[in-house]
Amino acid sequence: MAEYEVVHSKSPVFYPVYERKADLQHQTHYCPGCGHGVVHKLIAETIADLDLQDRTIFVSPVGCSVFAYYYFDVGNVQAAHGRASAVATALKRACPESIVIAYQGDGDLAAIGTAEIVHAANRGEPITVFFINNAIYGMTGGQMAPTTLVGQTTTTTPWGRRPENEGFPLRVCELLATLEAPVYIERVALSDNKNIMKARKAIRKALELQRDGAGFSLVEILSPCPTIWKMTPTEARDWVAEHMIRNFPLGVFRDRKVKMPESSRPPRRTVAEVLGLADAPAEAETPATRSADAREWKIKIAGFGGQGVLLLGQILAEMGMREGKEVSWLPSYGPEMRSGSAHCHVCLSSKRIGSPLIEHPNVLVAMNEISLRKFAPSVVPGGMILYNRRTVPADVEIPNVRVFAIPASELADQLGAAKVGNIVMLGALLELTGALSSATAETVLQGTVKNSDLLALDLQALHAGRDYVRQLPLEAR
Amino acid sequence: MRQLCKGNVAVIQGALLAGCQAYYGYPITPASEIAEAAAFYLPQVGGVFLQAESEVAAINMVYGAASAGQRVMTASSGPGISLMQEGLSYLAGAELPCVVVDVVRGGPGLGNIAPEQSDYFALVKGGGHGNYRNLVLAPASVQEMADLTMLAFELADRYRNPAVLLTDGFIGQMMEPLELRARITPPPEKPWAVRGTAATRKNLITSIHLEPDALEAHIRKLEAKYREAQQREPRHELYLAEDAEVLLVGYGIVSRVLRSAAEQAREQGLRVGLFRPITLWPFPAQALREAARDVRAVLVVEMSTGQMVEDVRLALREQVPVHFYSRVGGNVPLVEEVNAKMFELVETAVH
Repeated sequence: MAEYEVVHSKSPVFYPVYERKADLQHQTHYCPGCGHGVVHKLIAETIADLDLQDRTIFVSPVGCSVFAYYYFDVGNVQAAHGRASAVATALKRACPESIVIAYQGDGDLAAIGTAEIVHAANRGEPITVFFINNAIYGMTGGQMAPTTLVGQTTTTTPWGRRPENEGFPLRVCELLATLEAPVYIERVALSDNKNIMKARKAIRKALELQRDGAGFSLVEILSPCPTIWKMTPTEARDWVAEHMIRNFPLGVFRDRKVKMPESSRPPRRTVAEVLGLADAPAEAETPATRSADAREWKIKIAGFGGQGVLLLGQILAEMGMREGKEVSWLPSYGPEMRSGSAHCHVCLSSKRIGSPLIEHPNVLVAMNEISLRKFAPSVVPGGMILYNRRTVPADVEIPNVRVFAIPASELADQLGAAKVGNIVMLGALLELTGALSSATAETVLQGTVKNSDLLALDLQALHAGRDYVRQLPLEAR
Repeated sequence: MRQLCKGNVAVIQGALLAGCQAYYGYPITPASEIAEAAAFYLPQVGGVFLQAESEVAAINMVYGAASAGQRVMTASSGPGISLMQEGLSYLAGAELPCVVVDVVRGGPGLGNIAPEQSDYFALVKGGGHGNYRNLVLAPASVQEMADLTMLAFELADRYRNPAVLLTDGFIGQMMEPLELRARITPPPEKPWAVRGTAATRKNLITSIHLEPDALEAHIRKLEAKYREAQQREPRHELYLAEDAEVLLVGYGIVSRVLRSAAEQAREQGLRVGLFRPITLWPFPAQALREAARDVRAVLVVEMSTGQMVEDVRLALREQVPVHFYSRVGGNVPLVEEVNAKMFELVETAVH
């Protein structure tokens, strides 16, 4: 008669019967001697010990542990291959009170999901990652893993892993320990009972840290895979001890408190407040000045980047809207803006606007000669061109189109700021077209320009443009 | 209150009114203003904004947030959408609601950043692996960028499926007046979510069904949902279509060009109408058949080499000749080009 009693107990964090499994619902799908069974048990017992069962969300990866949710009686989310730490990131941010565990194998974490683990660790996501490293792809039948040892034979390294072809085994703990944010990184092994007890401690510590809100923690567990390694369970345990530990040294790579530096946080407001709806009048406002002008304006504005071409268009659109018109503003965008030339299309209409893209403008504002030459031929007969110079080049002649030379940049320079050339042009355009009222322009400028000196300058520019047109000989208008 | 707003920004304003709680994304022209607006607004209202390390990570973060029952979204453009296709398949498979915006640019490959409509197949027909559908909405104005984002959140939750806004660089970049209704929708209860609570402990989010019979049952369940959406959700707009001899069909920015083209053609004596699908999936096939009943010809215009036109032909079969005109590479069909094509069609039909 033995002096001890054998007790078969199961953690309450495991389902009593694995009902999500199609058959053999009393046992796991893991092979005899597989490390997953051991790690599952250590995790389940720790969750129970720490009383975290209701709070835990377990993210299963792709790999042999894809069905971890058969066993763990906690909230379960199954993730795409390699993405467990990205999925875990958002779960934790959605549910800060939860305990989020990403359970990942070596292919999942260290090959296809390398970017996700590095960045989750680098952001210091307060999740716990259990990284099962068995140096092989188990579920898919024994292909090379990023952690396969040099010389190790797999189905995709039939002559052994050759660093000159496949590189060296990836050491994840060492890699992540170079980052600022992680609070705890340790590598343990399931090589013998003593090391399994160390693994239990590491798992407990990682989950305690998460419970206490400390930061990112990762435990790498060197784990046997007897079936794929073609070994007995005991041979496999020995192989972990003799070969894996030599390549992946055990130990604590990071264990420290990380205090995130103070940073400014945005003020907390309601949706209605941030969208400016909180104090908006219930009824649609009637425009201050409703335009009596029923003409359709198709205005194209073109020039160099920095001449305020896009802004001039936006001001016109804003003015049109305030005068109760339908408006659209369509910019050229992207590198075009950065490489020197910019243009935009502004439609002002009393009807719903069809195409916001203007093929044939009735007003062209050309802030430089390139734009004048490029777009002048597209102006409709009866339309007008405002050109940013004292004179129009002699060879530019468009039948039935009036061309006005308005030296907007020059006038702006005289006011002391070339950048308000666009506003000089606005003053001239309003005077020549009568499309919108100058008072609306002033209101819009007052609403958008916060700096009082700049506003004064803008208003001067607006008047300078208007006055320049007014002094033009009548036949030139 | 009317405000002048950029299409991309309107998406986030609509999302806030729909109770969006989280945005995970990665910058790309011409969609970046959506991420920028999310970064500005969401933290102020207690939401989450995170710029992910890639579109792959972003869509999987969307998966995580949706698993927790949050109203969550992301946005990108063609190249980024290609990277998100895996995630969309998982989201649909795991029956997770979310909103994805594609501000389409020129492709294939890096293509360019000018507007195109070449992602129709990728999002309307699937794109990711397996038997699933996206619910796809096609805004044609800044106002609709906000309104259809709100609708997308509703549809996503109603069908527990990704809903997509398929738009383009022009609608995203342009500014128009936007009127927001101060009605903030609280997100619905989601008892199936996994939130790390006793009440949700038994819940499981997964897309894997190992037994063929189990997967077949799951696919049939999705199929039934999609059939219901096909019954209930098709949306479209008609313009000048009652007495039309020629019916133009286009969505998004093209529908705006076609609206002008129809008006101009009528001035020249040709009775032209416009059919604009608002939902691309489910495609408003029945409404299109009715709208095309008495027309002599249908002209589909797209900024692709011919993607939606397949759905138009499928809907109309031999009912009426379906013609096609396109511009690609970032060029937008011009009103005069469309009209030239229409007059050519009518002439050919007469002689």
